[in-house]
Amino acid sequence: MEATVTITAKDKFLALVEQHEKLPHVVGARKVLSQLDMPNTRMEDWRYTRTGKIGTEDWKMATSKTNPDISSFLIPGLEAKHLVIVDGQYREDLSELKNLVGISIETTTLVNDEQHQYQHFFEALGAALITTRIQVDIAPHVEIKDKLHIIHVTTEHQVLSQPYITIDAGKSSKAHFVESFVSIGEHHAFTNRTLRIQVAENASFTLDKIQSETDAHYLMNEDRIHVAGDGRFTINTLTIDGGWVRNNLHISFGGQNAEANLHGIYLPRKKQHIDNHTLVDHRVPHCNSNELYKGLLNDHATGVFNGKVYVQPNAQKTNAFQSNANILLSDDAQMNTKPELEIYADDVKCSHGTTTGQLDEDALFYLKARGLGEESARRLLTSAFINDVLDKVENDNIRNYVVSQLITRELLIA
Amino acid sequence: MLTIKNLEASIEGKQILKGLNLEIKPGEVHAIMGPNGSGKSTLASVLAGREDYEVTGGSVTFNDQDLLEMPAEERAREGLFLAFQYPVEIPGVSNMNFLKAAVGEIRKHKGLEPLSAKDFLKLVKEKSALVELDGQLANRAVNEGFSGGEKKRNEIFQMAMLEPSLAILDETDSGLDIDALRIVSEGVNALRSPERSFVVITHYQRLLDYIVPDFVHVLYKGKIVKSGTKELALELEERGYDWIKEETAQAGA
Ligand SMILES: Nc1ncnc2c1ncn2[C@@H]1O[C@H](COP(=O)(O)OP(=O)(O)O)[C@@H](O)[C@H]1O
Ligand SMILES: [Mg+2]
Repeated sequence: MEATVTITAKDKFLALVEQHEKLPHVVGARKVLSQLDMPNTRMEDWRYTRTGKIGTEDWKMATSKTNPDISSFLIPGLEAKHLVIVDGQYREDLSELKNLVGISIETTTLVNDEQHQYQHFFEALGAALITTRIQVDIAPHVEIKDKLHIIHVTTEHQVLSQPYITIDAGKSSKAHFVESFVSIGEHHAFTNRTLRIQVAENASFTLDKIQSETDAHYLMNEDRIHVAGDGRFTINTLTIDGGWVRNNLHISFGGQNAEANLHGIYLPRKKQHIDNHTLVDHRVPHCNSNELYKGLLNDHATGVFNGKVYVQPNAQKTNAFQSNANILLSDDAQMNTKPELEIYADDVKCSHGTTTGQLDEDALFYLKARGLGEESARRLLTSAFINDVLDKVENDNIRNYVVSQLITRELLIA
Repeated sequence: MLTIKNLEASIEGKQILKGLNLEIKPGEVHAIMGPNGSGKSTLASVLAGREDYEVTGGSVTFNDQDLLEMPAEERAREGLFLAFQYPVEIPGVSNMNFLKAAVGEIRKHKGLEPLSAKDFLKLVKEKSALVELDGQLANRAVNEGFSGGEKKRNEIFQMAMLEPSLAILDETDSGLDIDALRIVSEGVNALRSPERSFVVITHYQRLLDYIVPDFVHVLYKGKIVKSGTKELALELEERGYDWIKEETAQAGA
């Protein structure tokens, strides 16, 4: 009898780690990696998000140094410095970070995270094989004038990018970052990006995340945010395009009077799949969280929203609001939405609501009865649907940039 | 202008219009009255092009064209306007953007240049004054949070903006107090002209004191069972619909 040896997707990833063992990593992550299974739909957190296709590809580290023209990825009119990561590698030559007052950036800082409990295989993989390490320190008591725009570009076929970014926003600092994920061409790529942000006491940190990759991309974002007392964190996750996207956003509060605002839109079409898993952990009293996600799903697209909100026993006077609304633009589109509120304190204000429906036929007819064509009537309604989330993007240049991309995608009216 | 012949229509397999005939000439005002559920709104919806209704027989010509062949937006562009019995609230869509788009489409269809922003605003001012609609409402989302009266006035305001050749008013008077009724009627009367026709669907004679019709029809069980002049409305006001129902029953027997 002949023994058959099947090489599993997990084996391939483990081999890749072995092959590049010199790359920066968290020792603990490498240790647990072999014990974790690839995410699959039998796992509660992955029930509606298949990862099987990721395993069929032969991922590799970037082999050559390409020089993409990044000018088309800059946001017109935005006063920003930019940090460019191509195929998972930090590119000083393409970045523009001069005169960035109040911010220091290091690319060799060791990751000090041995205590971390890895929740799933990709999270551990991201820490076990770090393709680029970025540590950003924002000086205390400084309001940063320029935005920092982190641009992830992929250019190579089957490239695995695993940047590991940590941001420490100093006490009473104020900063606004933009992070965009783009790709050039139709090559396949897997970007598995880890982000850790510490928002110190009374600091304010805003992140506008713009995801617009192509259909053959897998994008995994693992974001862990800790907000100290009187701190404020705002994130706008704008998923405009991309074949497979999974955003894990985990926010916890470390002190009273902290605030977190999580807003997002996702607009999958064709066979795209977009998954937002959020967790807001109220561990201390007197904190606020506001969550608003909206989805427009077309064609055969699928979407997932899972919003966990924990209010721990001593987190009295918590205000936690969550809303997720979806419109299915086609009969074949699908949305799985699930709020999960676990409230163990009694003096709190919490609410949640989810809806999934079609475009309002009565409204559509009303608009047509006034002379608007089918397409413009639809676009007027879809624009109206996501406008309140777009309005959360405070910077005009960034919002206009996103709007122009949506107009290009014929989702908004010009 | 509008010729309806033996119109039959159904919704969800249930026949509502059962052979309806009506002829409207330019400049005429026709009132359609009738008990609840007789098919008045159905007629309005079928004429405006709502696709939920299936036309199972008959024909409708509008300015020598086959109305039933046109999609709803085409009918609007050709000059047909429906003031809804229940105007729809559309959160997030500003009245202004909506009207700008609507006026733009209709002007384009007529081969007219788009209005400048200034001329558009001037038109909005002028026409909203016609129905004493608060200028602020024009900036809000379409009908969102409007009172019943404001919604109805907004319908007439839109009609004034779009200048249709045939306007169908579906119970525009219902839910209006006497002042609002006067305002709405005056708005409608200001738009009366030898080229513009109206179909006024109402339950109550009192609207017809303000908007004096040339003809009054009674719609009952999906058919026009009686036609007359404005005196018929007065008679209905006095005697109710029972005698019509009896007459119809006898005619059917
Ligand atoms: N969407 C619908 N589905 C089923 N029946 C309907 C629908 N809309 C109206 N109808 C029925 O059609 C009939 C006529 O309704 P309608 O045209 O609204 O009458 P009117 O405006 O004269 O009060 C009523 O019996 C009503 O119940
Ligand atoms: Mg009715």
